Amino acid sequence: MSALLELKGVSKIYPSVIANDRVDLTIESGEIHAILGENGAGKSTLMKLIYGVSQPDTGQMRWQGQPVQIKSPAHARSLGIGMVFQHFSLFETLTVAQNISLAVKGNLGTLSRRIEEVADSFGMPLSPDTMVHSLSVGERQRVEIVRCILQEPKLLILDEPTSVLPPQGVQLLFATLKKLAARGCSILYISHKLEEIRALCDSATVLRDGKVVGTADPKRESAASLATMMIGHDIPVATHAEASTDGVIRLAVEDLSYEPEDPFGTTLKSVSMNAKAGEIVGIAGVSGNGQNELMRLISGETTLARTGKGVIMINQTVVNAMSAAKRRRLDFAFVPEERLGRGAVPDLSLGYNSLLTGHEHGLSRFGFIRFGRMQQRAQRCIAENDVRCGGDNARAGSLSGGNLQKFIVGREIGLSPSLLVLSQPTWGVDVGAAAAIRQSLIALRDSGVAVVIVSEELEELFEVTDRLHVMFEGHLSPSLDTRATDVNRIGEWMTGQFLSVASGPANASTGDGNELTADSATNGAGA
Amino acid sequence: MTGFKIIPRSQSSFLAQLLVPVAAIVLTLLAGSVFFTLLGKSPLASFYAFFIEPLTSRYGIGEVLLKMGPLLLIAQGLAIGFRARVWNIGAEGQLLLGAIAAGAIALQFELSDSVWLLPSMILAGTLAGAGWAAIAAFLRTRFNANEILVTFMLSSIALQLLYYLVSGPLRDPMGMSFPQSAMFGDAAMFSPLLSGTRVNTSLFLGLVATLLAWIFVQRSMPGYKLLVSGLAPGAAGYAGFAANRAVWLGLLIGGAAAGMAGVAEVAGPLGLLQRNISPGYGFAAIIVAFLGGLHPIGIVFAAFFMALIYVGGDMSLVSVGLPNASTTIFQGMLLVFYLACYLFVNHRIQRQVASGTVASAEVGGSDADHTGSGATGHA
Repeated sequence: MSALLELKGVSKIYPSVIANDRVDLTIESGEIHAILGENGAGKSTLMKLIYGVSQPDTGQMRWQGQPVQIKSPAHARSLGIGMVFQHFSLFETLTVAQNISLAVKGNLGTLSRRIEEVADSFGMPLSPDTMVHSLSVGERQRVEIVRCILQEPKLLILDEPTSVLPPQGVQLLFATLKKLAARGCSILYISHKLEEIRALCDSATVLRDGKVVGTADPKRESAASLATMMIGHDIPVATHAEASTDGVIRLAVEDLSYEPEDPFGTTLKSVSMNAKAGEIVGIAGVSGNGQNELMRLISGETTLARTGKGVIMINQTVVNAMSAAKRRRLDFAFVPEERLGRGAVPDLSLGYNSLLTGHEHGLSRFGFIRFGRMQQRAQRCIAENDVRCGGDNARAGSLSGGNLQKFIVGREIGLSPSLLVLSQPTWGVDVGAAAAIRQSLIALRDSGVAVVIVSEELEELFEVTDRLHVMFEGHLSPSLDTRATDVNRIGEWMTGQFLSVASGPANASTGDGNELTADSATNGAGA
Repeated sequence: MTGFKIIPRSQSSFLAQLLVPVAAIVLTLLAGSVFFTLLGKSPLASFYAFFIEPLTSRYGIGEVLLKMGPLLLIAQGLAIGFRARVWNIGAEGQLLLGAIAAGAIALQFELSDSVWLLPSMILAGTLAGAGWAAIAAFLRTRFNANEILVTFMLSSIALQLLYYLVSGPLRDPMGMSFPQSAMFGDAAMFSPLLSGTRVNTSLFLGLVATLLAWIFVQRSMPGYKLLVSGLAPGAAGYAGFAANRAVWLGLLIGGAAAGMAGVAEVAGPLGLLQRNISPGYGFAAIIVAFLGGLHPIGIVFAAFFMALIYVGGDMSLVSVGLPNASTTIFQGMLLVFYLACYLFVNHRIQRQVASGTVASAEVGGSDADHTGSGATGHA
């Protein structure tokens, strides 16, 4: 019997990069097959080729033994290929059933029953009449998966599905996928998370720089050996000494409540936290639980003037109504999660982009740009942070995501802040560069800077932070000593369990001394 | 199987940026020759009348420079706003307000021979133009009213205001009920620059504006902030550049420049207030700003070319017998072709040839980051 899907010598060439270089891939019926690789290794491009979003420049594809050219996603679906994207494609103002009816035939009543049947049989409850905007990210992912299952796929592609899930949600997803595979549906699972792949997948194809560098049975490999295949050398790990605990408070957020103007935004409920000189404070949590709103209030992109209550202090100055530019004068620097269009202007050169936050740090005088200094600053940032680009005249938009992030983080560190806040600092950055960024954050901490990191990557937070908060539905948990806690506790808190632990988030962890220890939190969570 | 596909460039092409206006002009000329032929006129004779004849006489050159002045001034002002994506298309109305304010002062001090009369007219006209644009800025920043609609409608209001004034309060009492004002005194007029022509010292206003615009756009922080606000509002917010400030600055600068151009018209070739003050300078300047690539130097060339079309249109009316509308048609074609050509600054055409085993000529397979059925993912 021939394989379900077979790729031979498939290449995809973009103007500046060979995204896939003579890739061979074989997927058998009913297997869970991992595509493993760093960001930028060509995983997403390969999925787009299989799902018909784009077409290969050379090579051959066989579907159930027959040669095939997949012309469009619709063609792929008609063959029996379904895909769950990393970023969902759902209409927020429609119900679950209405969203699914856009892709699946049948009247709404029958469809609703089928949705419930399928959802229940896979152990992921879903109500067909709920509006999508009221669903959590994990539930939205279920909608996407159910939508695919209803189309009775022979192959289901999932692109980094766990990046949006708390640990418990991951277990639920894996159980569903295993049931699906047991019924004969093959699964193509894209990830760079090694432990997940070892737990779930039957076989793995490893990509590096667009090429297949090997295939493996992940259950027989260790995470370290998979990593070595993936990046070509051992993963560098940031060293992590104890932080000094007696630094002055650089950032203080006290009893902050805020209702965003965006109706789909998250309302912040009595958020309190602080960050002291010489420590790294992490904020864990699934995206969309208020991190974005909190970051904008801290950065000054939204001000707290009229629509909220509470106090934000940067370096002992109340900044509630202060603009982003003025906050930067208080030795504050910020790295937002969106690089293009927020952290950098895609159509301007790197030189001009260094002016964005550097204009009050010596790059302008009397309202005029100092071009010499601007270029020097950009060139130094490029050299010191190993940014791969065509020099300081390169358009920011022409850099890869990882390289641009290195530039932006380097640019902000270059402002010598005493408080640095970063949102998703290593998103889309390759493993080596991510380790370099983490190392430089620890170096900053050791030099007395207060650092705050918002991240979805628990491993990253455990690697670099000294204290850890969790954000859930606009609430911020008390902080835990990172060294004295574990992934399970944070995972529980990511689903809101901390709300029953503390008597109220408002009075937890607002200053020296009253920070919850892991022990007291353990007792509380057990109760 | 061979096909063509338009794909984004990895870096915007500087050469293409230079070639775009040239290509637009060439295409306009080609389309124009079709248009002339259909009218039964010789394309060569028509082009000669349009583009060469004005430059063969002292008078013609003077007329081109005369029309270039206001176009240059307005376009420099508008381009600054356009770079910030502030779409002031009501420069025509701001020009009229400038003309009215300057005219009112000139008529009030009809017998004055003070050297301060003209400067105060320039100041009043500039402020009036900026003030008219400020209405749009206020409505946009306060109520989020679309500035395209507001500035455009304010143009109509300005025209009606002018009609009212020249038929009423500012009408020449000795003018036999003609809807126009009395002639301004000599002290209220720009002095002639070239004998035998109508071109006057107001041309320097445009040249000074060009220099200031260049400094502002290329060298200054406020210019940079405005540019960032236009290119990436999110980045402007991140950097702390106030979005409202960009709207105010963009509209005020454009309005001030248009108002000043209005002064130059009434205190230059016209010498009085009448119903027809501008032959659409405020609208033509929008084309000039884009044709010049929103760059201060490019705008100088574009303004010259547009002025040539104005004068050539008039001359060909007489010498070849082309219809009056041909000037407007030329302006329209120029803008359309410019916008069409502009696509190639950031995009290029890729020829696709079927290769080996896989046909890759599938148009519609996009390189962009597709996410399924393309709904709103607020993940």
